[in-house]
Amino acid sequence: MALQDLCNFQDVFLDSVTTECSSVHFGKKTGCDFMQGSPFSNSSSLFNFYIPPVPLPFPISHGTTTLAFLFQGGVLAAADTRSSCAGQVACPASLKIRPVHSHMVSTTSGTSADCALWVRILSRELRLYQLRHGRRLSISGAAKLLSHMLHPFKGTKLCVAAILCGWDGGEEDGRHDNGGTKTELGGCTETAKKIAKSLDTSLQKTQSSSPTLGGQQHLTREKIRFSGPSLFYVCSDGTRLQGALFSVGSGSPYAYSILDQDVKWELTLDEATSIARQAVYRATHRDAYSGNHVDIFHISSKGWTRRSREDLKEEYYREKERRERGMRRDVTYEKAQCGD
Amino acid sequence: MEQPVGAHWHRVRLNTRMISAQSFGDSGKMKEYHYTGPVEQRFSPYAFNGGTVLAVAGEDFAIVASDTRLSEGYSIHSRDSPKCYKLTDTTVIGCSGFHGDCLTLTKIIDARLKMYKHSNNKMMTSGAIAAMLSTILYGRRFFPYYVYNIIGGLDEEGKGAVYSFDPVGSYQRDTYKAGGSASAMLQPLLDNQIGFKNMEGVQHVPLSKDKAVQLVKDVFISAAERDVYTGDALRICVITKEGIDEQTMPLRKD
Repeated sequence: MALQDLCNFQDVFLDSVTTECSSVHFGKKTGCDFMQGSPFSNSSSLFNFYIPPVPLPFPISHGTTTLAFLFQGGVLAAADTRSSCAGQVACPASLKIRPVHSHMVSTTSGTSADCALWVRILSRELRLYQLRHGRRLSISGAAKLLSHMLHPFKGTKLCVAAILCGWDGGEEDGRHDNGGTKTELGGCTETAKKIAKSLDTSLQKTQSSSPTLGGQQHLTREKIRFSGPSLFYVCSDGTRLQGALFSVGSGSPYAYSILDQDVKWELTLDEATSIARQAVYRATHRDAYSGNHVDIFHISSKGWTRRSREDLKEEYYREKERRERGMRRDVTYEKAQCGD
Repeated sequence: MEQPVGAHWHRVRLNTRMISAQSFGDSGKMKEYHYTGPVEQRFSPYAFNGGTVLAVAGEDFAIVASDTRLSEGYSIHSRDSPKCYKLTDTTVIGCSGFHGDCLTLTKIIDARLKMYKHSNNKMMTSGAIAAMLSTILYGRRFFPYYVYNIIGGLDEEGKGAVYSFDPVGSYQRDTYKAGGSASAMLQPLLDNQIGFKNMEGVQHVPLSKDKAVQLVKDVFISAAERDVYTGDALRICVITKEGIDEQTMPLRKD
């Protein structure tokens, strides 16, 4: 894997090899210490953190619509593909949903470079965890890891708002022990169902004011090995929220309106896909910074799968046709009424 | 990409602001010529040296082209400063923006290529160079290299590959990309001619090498007409499995 090669390459520069130390740098106070293992430690790490008060002469790319929700078939994640940069479309075909490992993807929103690099760093850390402990880190743990890694940069211009979507496997040595082949309710434990049913309450949770829910989660997780779909929102300002439905980005208000009315636990995969596509389409229709195509990813117990990228221009014409058909039907109905 | 504007302040007399390229920190529009009151002069470590870079990937070739004008404000420093740099036998990088950062960045990339060659006993592939450049650029996230990079080359299968970057390291593999001062003018033209966008009922003919070179020449001639920072000469590097072939063509000098 390219990241593994990159990690090995770093050993040329570093004196201390970090493999013997604790695998994950939780709660490190100084950002500089953490940077030892990261790709950008070739110059003295202290100098990297001197932020000169210089106004940048160029804008950085931003703006998007991403969404993800839980349903009986797993997790569905969708995003548009427009990457804008102060009024210009820097890239009409960017990839905003990046796979982290076989059972997790991350939708990214904010500055493209920050998102791309931090998701890459996260996948490296998760891979190392997996190699050292023989099992994948849970989505909750991955979200906590990302949140702690971003914490030293709070207050800087770093902007990352990611939704980590995945399936926590109950597997040890490759077996799924919680009905991994089924994709209906039997595949999830009680806690997953509880989260999903409480769609409304999770949406109203404010920043880090969910200690009770988190506390309960933590306790239940100690007792049973959590297995099932999971969704976490992590932001560079320090937010880390668990939920059943999230939408992030400049187009998120428009997407929320579609999702709030249609998303239910009992959806089939096709229904969920069409709702996600519709939500992104509505957001791109109204938000200037979202557009072009839609990417849809589905994560189940078997891993993530990706639909081929769809052009939203087709969706626009399909909708136009539907509306015209509807109007024609109304007109004929009125005619029939008058004819009586 | 947004039209980058010069980030250095002219020495002003009488506290009036000349109609000059403004720092992007402002509204982005040119201010009128009127008395604005005392203006703080600040040293800016960045400057904008102009230039346009373009890369196109074909079935078994890649083209990286750039103009050769080096400007700053109203002056031209050099008419022969190409912005394509050869990295390996199969990869060329085009860098435009601030010339100082372009030079340093290419030096750093060359050094890292050498180190990779010595420790791994093979040359870096285009994809690997792109990933490495992304981390080099991100290492300076809070004091970025003011460079718009585009890498063109052949991937491991021999197909053309183009990787385009933003100044802080976000990158993407594309089929074609324009970067630099005239990028906003050239990119829509490439979308139409190479990507067949915004046309209905057109047959998608794959691009041959000669047609691509001709298209690049035409596109730069158009850019030189309308963008003041682009002109003088055009340097085209055509990368095939036989090697890298360089051509130079004159452009408008005014």
